[in-house]
Amino acid sequence: MILDPFQRLGRTSLDFFERLGRGHLFLMHTLAGIPGLLLRPRLVIAQLYSVGVLTLLIILVSGVFVGMVLGLQGYNTLVDFGAEESLGVVVALSLVRELGPVVAALLFAGRAGSALTAEIGLMKATEQLSGMEMMAVDPMKRVVAPRFLAGFLSMPLLAAIFSAVGVYGGYFVGVGLLGVDDGAFWSQMQSKVDLHEDIFNGVIKSVVFGFVAAWIAVFEGYDAVPTSEGVSRATTRTVVHTALAILGLDFVLTALMFGG
Amino acid sequence: MKKASQQTSQPARHALVSVRGMRYARGDRFIFDGVDLDIRRGSVTAIMGPSGTGKTTLLKLIGGQLRPASGTVVVDGENVPELGIKALYELRKRMGMMFQSGALLTDLDVFDNVAFPIREHTGLSESLVRDLVLMKLQAVGLRGASKLMPNELSGGMARRVAMARAIALDPMLVLYDEPFTGQDPISMGVLIKLIRELNDALDLTSIVVSHDVKEAAAISDYVYLLSGGKVVDHGVPERLWESASQWSQQFLNGKPDGPVPFHYPAREYREDLLAGVRS
Repeated sequence: MILDPFQRLGRTSLDFFERLGRGHLFLMHTLAGIPGLLLRPRLVIAQLYSVGVLTLLIILVSGVFVGMVLGLQGYNTLVDFGAEESLGVVVALSLVRELGPVVAALLFAGRAGSALTAEIGLMKATEQLSGMEMMAVDPMKRVVAPRFLAGFLSMPLLAAIFSAVGVYGGYFVGVGLLGVDDGAFWSQMQSKVDLHEDIFNGVIKSVVFGFVAAWIAVFEGYDAVPTSEGVSRATTRTVVHTALAILGLDFVLTALMFGG
Repeated sequence: MKKASQQTSQPARHALVSVRGMRYARGDRFIFDGVDLDIRRGSVTAIMGPSGTGKTTLLKLIGGQLRPASGTVVVDGENVPELGIKALYELRKRMGMMFQSGALLTDLDVFDNVAFPIREHTGLSESLVRDLVLMKLQAVGLRGASKLMPNELSGGMARRVAMARAIALDPMLVLYDEPFTGQDPISMGVLIKLIRELNDALDLTSIVVSHDVKEAAAISDYVYLLSGGKVVDHGVPERLWESASQWSQQFLNGKPDGPVPFHYPAREYREDLLAGVRS
């Protein structure tokens, strides 16, 4: 009785590490399946459409609104110091360094990651993956690897699009509605936003987030208990684990890149 | 009927599939505990037994999707558990399997489902693929349904498509997992006819896992009865009904009580009622 909490803790820890190990082995198998996709680009293109293109709308809409909010909040703060002409810098740096990669990855997890998990989980529950194995077709190469690669490739592009439309959202509010000088908005942005330190680091973040988000999504689907409840739980886990992983990694990467 | 113990420990020469001393456990529980069986080339063999006896598991062991704890599962001269992934996939190209659910790829239509293994494993031109697929669909009577999606098919049609896909690469062995479950009499009649006719016309070897006794026995050349992790009886279907085994008689005649008891093990009834509160 007294030992019950310790036993539970021990069991939970063992389960966690066992799953972590399984996830890494799964990743190795997935990566091993990627070179073969060079010969079959159609498999990846089809997934780029469903993972990337179909996520575009939510990225565009969210990017515009996030940029508009940044423009509004930034203006209200900067105007007190008479520095409203720096609005372009504030909006651009906020987006390319942080909000672009992070918010795009969170949206990606909610829209594309959950869909990937549910699709693969349902394929498992309806024996489609077993059926492929019995037809001598490796589902890791045929199903998992193209989806992983499409997710990995899509994320940096989606993050870049998010940042770009966000800048235009900020421009619309700042210049269009609040009267910030058009030339100052762009010229200050151009002079203060550094290609390597800001944009390149933001791209690195989105590449890392894309890798992690796609990995979690395909692993959770493949590892799902093959029942409706199991797929539902796996889909939830994808969104929760991806969000936590992205926010945690964002801190680590920010500390490494900008920590001084 | 022969007793399981009468089988020799050597694989039979005429057997396409030969299982010897096979044990398979899930957790602490042994699903199979020393199974011996032979599947003769060119035959239709039924594997029957109550739900939960591991019939589908046996098919997965033959197909190499599961590995036994011990024993051999020899298919066409190759011991399946010892094969590497490449050799196993080569062997599977010579096998077809029809899953209970059909396991059709839901994002592909009927035509593309049947074409799937052909496109994956052969470099045939699309016009040749088309001819082959139409021939397979004609064999199962669904050439006219080639444009339908899996969600537009009835259960019986989905299994016929799965059957066409299973024979797409002209395999030597076809595994049928519960092909008759949940089928109406017409669909069942069609499936029974197809399994037998395809086996004979294409010179296949077929293993039908089922608990539909009459239907499976009607098309089988040989029957194995499984229970408690072992082969409890086997023989030709005509002699099946004459078995002296009480277990076989209960299973074949669907008797509610016998060696497999009606009541799940519990404490004495009177004692349980008088206990008053749930313990």
